[in-house]
Amino acid sequence: MADNGDDDPQYTIKEGDHVVLKRGDIFKAIQVLPKKKVIFEKQWFFLDNAVGQLYSSTFEIVSGNLQPKKPKDTEGSSDAKEAGTDNRHIVDDGKSQKLTRDDIETLKEQGLKGQEIIQQLIDNSSTFRDKTEYAQDKYIKKKKKKYENTVTILKPSCRILAMMYHGREPGKICHLRYDALAQMLTLANIHAGSKVLVFETCAGLVLGSVMERMGGYGSVIQMYPGGGPGRAGMESFGLPAHFHDMLHDFPICHVNALLAGTLDTTAKDQSAVEKQSNMAADEEQNQPEVKQQVSPEEKSMETNTGDDAALDQETKERDQRREAKAEEKKVKLEEKRKKLAAVASLLEGRNADGLIIASRFHPCPVLMGLLKFLSPSRPFVVHSQYKEPLIECYTKLREQGGTVNLRLTDTWLRHYQVLPNRTHPLLLMSGGGGYLLSGTTVATDRAKPGGSQRSEEPAPKRQKLTDTEG
Amino acid sequence: MSFVEYSDFIQDGDVAVVYLGHDSMMPVKVQQGAQTQTRYGVIRHSTDLIGQRYGSKVTCSKGGWVHVLHPTPELWTVTLPHRTQILYTTDIATITMMLELKPGSVVCESGTGSGSLSHAILRTVAPTGHLHTVEFHQQRAEKVAEEFKEHRVGHLVTVRNQDVCKDGFGVTGVADAVFLDIPSPWEAVGHAKAALKRQGGRVCSFSPCIEQVQKTCEALAHQGFEEISPLEVLLRVHDVRTVSLPLPDFGPDASSAQTPPDAREGTPRYGSVALKTTTAPREMPGHTGYLTFATKPRT
Repeated sequence: MADNGDDDPQYTIKEGDHVVLKRGDIFKAIQVLPKKKVIFEKQWFFLDNAVGQLYSSTFEIVSGNLQPKKPKDTEGSSDAKEAGTDNRHIVDDGKSQKLTRDDIETLKEQGLKGQEIIQQLIDNSSTFRDKTEYAQDKYIKKKKKKYENTVTILKPSCRILAMMYHGREPGKICHLRYDALAQMLTLANIHAGSKVLVFETCAGLVLGSVMERMGGYGSVIQMYPGGGPGRAGMESFGLPAHFHDMLHDFPICHVNALLAGTLDTTAKDQSAVEKQSNMAADEEQNQPEVKQQVSPEEKSMETNTGDDAALDQETKERDQRREAKAEEKKVKLEEKRKKLAAVASLLEGRNADGLIIASRFHPCPVLMGLLKFLSPSRPFVVHSQYKEPLIECYTKLREQGGTVNLRLTDTWLRHYQVLPNRTHPLLLMSGGGGYLLSGTTVATDRAKPGGSQRSEEPAPKRQKLTDTEG
Repeated sequence: MSFVEYSDFIQDGDVAVVYLGHDSMMPVKVQQGAQTQTRYGVIRHSTDLIGQRYGSKVTCSKGGWVHVLHPTPELWTVTLPHRTQILYTTDIATITMMLELKPGSVVCESGTGSGSLSHAILRTVAPTGHLHTVEFHQQRAEKVAEEFKEHRVGHLVTVRNQDVCKDGFGVTGVADAVFLDIPSPWEAVGHAKAALKRQGGRVCSFSPCIEQVQKTCEALAHQGFEEISPLEVLLRVHDVRTVSLPLPDFGPDASSAQTPPDAREGTPRYGSVALKTTTAPREMPGHTGYLTFATKPRT
């Protein structure tokens, strides 16, 4: 916790690090690799010179390479303080700037820095002096954005990556705005030491955020649809290697089997109270289930090798190679099976501490299926770009019971410009960051169906229920 | 039970949250032999709570029942005894992300107030981080320190009873993030800078008035803070309802041949359509405060 010096390796940029490039409000996540050309904001350059430099340093791009920017040469302070009082004499005739596009290009070729080009533009503008002081500021700011070729290299964080994805590729993260993600992490009580289920199709942004908030303590189980778990966004967090030890994944196509499997063997489970023996038992129970999945592939392999051996002897060598390959495949499958069994045993206790869903899938079946893995009195949050499927979730949960504190919300976010005498909200704001359904699980009486549970409710409470329900 | 770690069963000495109904909850200190009155009757701690699973249903003496929930910083925020105006979850969530809090973060906060934000910070920075919180009101400082102990997060927090504008946070060069919720934050910006690590960090100031924001931004810029970004975030709740929309009667339609001959008076020809939708609450909190974030660069 003590103040570590700058020599602390966590503050220096290293080869292979995941970093975020920043210019103004624009971010880009990238990995620092030797001799790798990076394109950022229509400029290409190499990151090699950044290695060994400190995070949060600003660099100037000079002929495709990064040069550390001296902290001194900020604000060249345009000393010629001459300003108009209003814009009554400014006419937009397109002739105010005497430098042409070509002139500017030549200046650039001469190697003039951004700051110098801007000064040239000001000197050659016939209207600059008539602009009000505020308008001058704005003009300089605008030109700076266009001609300055600096880039700042940041250490990635949930805040930066969430803002980056929202700004660059909102479609990839189901239009999950950063403040909505912030709500999710808090409402789901994500913290170190818990066991959290994540189902997302947000490129791994949500997964990475959850992992960052858990600091490598506890376990995160990524429930994934189809082919494989999407994680590119999680990699961009550049989390320490040991954080990955807490990450598990489980394909949702096995969820039904897992739920059914435990039902078949509940007696065995209950007899083995000890966790250790429980784990072993789980593994055994899982074997047949996994084998079933694998069997068609294995079968085809067996028949293949059999045919080859009978038909042709020359193919022996090829056969052997094939066998080796098959062996390798078997080992891999075995590993995969073991991993799956391990995750299954994590899930089978149905004692997860939190659930976060943010996907392009219909949230209703996902929520209903995954809620079963939570302990009672644990929070869950579902994000959706659309409100209607969350209304459906809400309705179904009310019918089914087993949850309290249900709330359908969204957040409204507005940024401000704060300047002396010029404070106001920014002219543009995001129209929406998606909707959230949040709640808390409670124990259900398995003996009684949902209907009788509700009729048990005391009169004043039922009153309230009908109130909110319609 | 702890605010930074779940447990499955209710134990003597825990703080549990009794869920009575939508938006109606109360915190209960679980004590052997104690009783708690609710509108559904009495809850006897020894028999009804201790040894029960969190999340289970408890039948009260009058036959009504409630759910008993494991405490979380979010449930605490909506049930805690107010000694001051407090921060709510929407702002807290935004603050937590924008200050980049995570396990291991060292955070300075002032004022502590009723401890609503403090609990959320502690949850996020545990088990290796620390919160230094400064409250100038002596009784409030004592009370909140007591609560931290009861909630089993006392080892993660240092409460100081002093004026942050005069005396700072009591630590220098250790913080990853600083949060200010005081009437004149601009007077504490210098202390915030001193509390932050030399490598830099994040700061947030919460103020209800734009004039405060104006002054704070000026002070932040003056002290060399970067990325100064004031924002406002509001929660919009959507109440799920079934509504029924009546259909108007346009009279007999000449063009359609199969108009049913029910011209009797008084019977509505067209009924209504039931629809599952959401409605906006009649009133909602339209302003809590402006959140001004900034980054302290490396010095």
